[in-house]
Amino acid sequence: MGRVTRSEVEHLAMLSRLELSEKEKVMYESNLADILEHAQKLSNNKELDNVEPMTNVLGLTNVFRKDEPKKEFSKQELLKNAPDSDGEGFRVPKVVE
Amino acid sequence: MLDIRNLTVKKAKELLDKKEIEPKDLVDASYARIGAVDDKIEAFNTVLSIEEINTQLNKISDGALYGIPYSLKDNICTKDILTTCSSKILYNYKPPFDATVEIKLKNAGGIMMGKTNMDEFAMGSSNENSAFKNTKNPWDLSRVPGGSSGGPAASVASGEVLFALGSDTGGSIREPAALCGIVGLKPTYGLVSRYGLIAFGSSLDQIGPLTKTVEDSAIVLGEITGHDQRDSTSATAEKIDYTKCLSGDIKGKKIAMPRQFFAKDLNAEIKESIMAAIRKLESMGAIVEEVDVSFVDYVVSTYYIISSAEAASNLARFDGVRYGLRANDTNGLVDMYIKTRSEGFGKEVKRRIMLGNYVLSSGYYDAYYLKALKARTVIKNEFEQIFKNYDVIVSPTYISTAFEFGAKSASPMEMYLSDIYTVPVNIAGLPAISIPCGLDKQGLPIGMQLIGKPFGETDILNIAHAYEIESGNGNVMPFVEGVDR
Amino acid sequence: MNFETVIGLEVHVELKTKTKIFCSCKNEFGGDQNENICPVCIGLPGTLPVLNEKVIEYAIKAGLALNCDIQLISRMDRKNYYYPDLPKAYQISQYELPICLGGHVDIVVNGQIKRVGITRIHIEEDAGKLVHDPYSDGTIVDYNRGGVPLIEIVTEPDLRTAEEVRVFMETLRAMLLYVEVSDCKMQEGSMRCDINLSLREQGTEKLGTRSEMKNVNSFRAAVRAVEYEQYRQKDMLENGETVIQETRRWDDEIGKSYAMRSKEEAHDYRYFPDPDLVPIVLEQKTVDDIKANMPELPNAKKKRYVDELALPEYDADIITSSKTLAAFFDACLKTYNKPKTVSNWIMGDILRMLKEQEIDTEDFAMDASEFALLLTMVDENKINQAAAKKVLEEMYKNGGKAVDIVQAKGLSQISDESFILDIIKKIIEENPQPVADYKNGNKKAVAFFVGQVMKQSKGKANPKVVNELLNKELDS
Repeated sequence: MGRVTRSEVEHLAMLSRLELSEKEKVMYESNLADILEHAQKLSNNKELDNVEPMTNVLGLTNVFRKDEPKKEFSKQELLKNAPDSDGEGFRVPKVVE
Repeated sequence: MLDIRNLTVKKAKELLDKKEIEPKDLVDASYARIGAVDDKIEAFNTVLSIEEINTQLNKISDGALYGIPYSLKDNICTKDILTTCSSKILYNYKPPFDATVEIKLKNAGGIMMGKTNMDEFAMGSSNENSAFKNTKNPWDLSRVPGGSSGGPAASVASGEVLFALGSDTGGSIREPAALCGIVGLKPTYGLVSRYGLIAFGSSLDQIGPLTKTVEDSAIVLGEITGHDQRDSTSATAEKIDYTKCLSGDIKGKKIAMPRQFFAKDLNAEIKESIMAAIRKLESMGAIVEEVDVSFVDYVVSTYYIISSAEAASNLARFDGVRYGLRANDTNGLVDMYIKTRSEGFGKEVKRRIMLGNYVLSSGYYDAYYLKALKARTVIKNEFEQIFKNYDVIVSPTYISTAFEFGAKSASPMEMYLSDIYTVPVNIAGLPAISIPCGLDKQGLPIGMQLIGKPFGETDILNIAHAYEIESGNGNVMPFVEGVDR
Repeated sequence: MNFETVIGLEVHVELKTKTKIFCSCKNEFGGDQNENICPVCIGLPGTLPVLNEKVIEYAIKAGLALNCDIQLISRMDRKNYYYPDLPKAYQISQYELPICLGGHVDIVVNGQIKRVGITRIHIEEDAGKLVHDPYSDGTIVDYNRGGVPLIEIVTEPDLRTAEEVRVFMETLRAMLLYVEVSDCKMQEGSMRCDINLSLREQGTEKLGTRSEMKNVNSFRAAVRAVEYEQYRQKDMLENGETVIQETRRWDDEIGKSYAMRSKEEAHDYRYFPDPDLVPIVLEQKTVDDIKANMPELPNAKKKRYVDELALPEYDADIITSSKTLAAFFDACLKTYNKPKTVSNWIMGDILRMLKEQEIDTEDFAMDASEFALLLTMVDENKINQAAAKKVLEEMYKNGGKAVDIVQAKGLSQISDESFILDIIKKIIEENPQPVADYKNGNKKAVAFFVGQVMKQSKGKANPKVVNELLNKELDS
């Protein structure tokens, strides 16, 4: 356990939308292996099996917003940072279904 | 010119109240100090122009921070001002809105001098992961200021501004505060709005103040707390004037000292310094007792799993479509995504994104991510048990003082394990403060951490303040090499 | 080999709240590109979602309408994948703890009732739209639709034919219109249907490999898609080929489905609880209150029509299939006491009129109390059926009171016996042959005389009186 295979690294790179050089693949294989090796103490901990998982430490529930429209920004303000736009929308390379 | 290097927020307010100075004097002094020292320190990614600063000066009328110059970590959104997270992928990004905390600081009359450098996307403990440049520790320019709020810490410790806001996900305010000899506070999760903080670990992140004294920390904290309806994880807690809790009296306060945090392998000088501070606290009437914590074996893994998973998801939106970097000469959409992200993200960020995707992927989710969420429950409950009998917990902030550039880059895991004292706090969502408690033999600052129960900022501020006054360790500023000496 | 088609549907329905699910942008169809967007719904860094309270209420209503168990604890999860119409590169959805589980919808196909199971209903956010840009040969992204609240309704694989799919979709649509949570317009995309279809040998239980078809944009397309796909798979299996599990795009213009390029190499969505949101914890009382305040649902309405109003099941079916028609029916009965008469008019002239003018039954609008008055006038012999039909058309087109229209068009029925008798005598006089036919035993000749009388009276003669007097005259 803790070993990360080459194909796993390549799969992770795709999931992360990253391109890795051969050197990087070797480095990340080793890094991830180390980190996961250390994490065995967590993943093998049987006492945790029946504990409830916790995401929000405050135990908040039911945070809602009223269904009332507001317009606080113009289209231009929100398109301003677009790397490519036609003034009305964000432009990207052709998407083929 | 006003000597801003030795001023605190408190002192500046007094001088303003007595009309001995005006906001413009403070701002001029800050601007001059930045000009004099930031070549060497490189704390700032963006310093505002004189016009931008004057515009602010003309707008302010009053408030608890009236006229006080400050800096913001570059992951806090500022309207129409570069907010880069020290990453190439946001090299040109100017948000169309201000973070909630920035709106509050503006309303309190503060003057924002600029945006400070950080570890890219807040991932790191030395600020060496910035895509732009290395920020130097004002105490020794060959050493790191700590991270990921290295820029904010250095901008305060070098006297450029009177306070800074940083963010803390696993120690990113407290550790640089310790390495730079200043005060850094991470509030209880939910106390300060995260709206406008570019997310790293959503269930862990909090924004907090970096200041020269504990009292300054109390002043600034009071201005940035409050429920925010734009943040679903924002707490509804009553507004507190934290300065009112600084009584200086800590008689009978019970302080827990986790045995496992003072183990054999703790650096001797740091241990010595903290123990001396503990003895001081006892001499002031506090009761310090040893306790046990059971989670040391897996707390760092728990942190790295939760934070990386959330980060992998939070950073997936940086794809070149709507803002930021878009790679040139790409071949179709998927290639554009891949090239943009590969060019735009640094090594550490890529590492954590892949780790995050690993622990979330089917087949591994239960063993890692789900397990980590369960560990969180255990860790939170353990702290709760301790706080039934104690007011605060004491520990070192970091395992070492400021180290040299490049000293720790070899092994990521080694870096991660160094966060042992700070990460449990974020996992449990507790408040914690790091305060200076002395210098090591090389003259480098050592930090002591006090951890409070949920919404127990008053306890940790009170005890920290009492210690600071008694020990004289507050507002001890370094002389920056080549500028002050 | 005899194959059985097994079909399950995933229906996405846009909720008609005023604002989007996680931000206060308007939830509105049409409009200029990127007119209703904000930092939150375009996923600018540093923004956070806040859940619209109305979305929960509407999801509960939909769940109750489909006989589901409303889950008192549910939670939002992140579904991670990359696509330009998904600004955060994750969709906020519900994976582990959806708001509704286990329901059913009863449909009537070929006179038989069939129960279709509902596996779950969950809440999620919609994505933006991609539009081809002819100038650059690129794609333009419009985020107006991004963040619109959706419920996804997943059925059990209980459907077997294209007809069942069509009836199910229509029944589902009617239900959701009844509880007013969506306008369910497939042509506007507020109701979308993905079809999961597989074949298995008749009589076996194991499910075959299924394909998932997307881009089914109308009920008609659903029928055609099912027919095409079951044929395609049957053909493959009969030729010894294996069906691949894949997502296919239905092209209604050509009438074929095509394998889609996969959006994600492996569909590993890496679901995890969204740390920016907190769990939804409902009290049973809240759910009960919503249930108590819900409009009467089609099944309950139908039962009431049959049991209490003695309406034939067939009539009840047709009227309750449309919320608007049922509401009209109920409204008429407030001032008029003959359910069957109203029902006959609805099923006959009203539906015919709507079909002729190509009006959607849901868009039917007419003053029910005026219509009831019209029916009363017929009962009181003030006008005859033929005249009433004319009044109906006028009333639908231009509104107005029945009394006024009758007056304006001179449609009052003539029941004056002496007046009618005069006409009858004249026609009998002028048409000796048909009289002879009648007296020779051809009773059908009466129709000729009735026709003539109606013509002479310009359609106003009271048919009952005509028949009575005519028979008396002819028999004498």
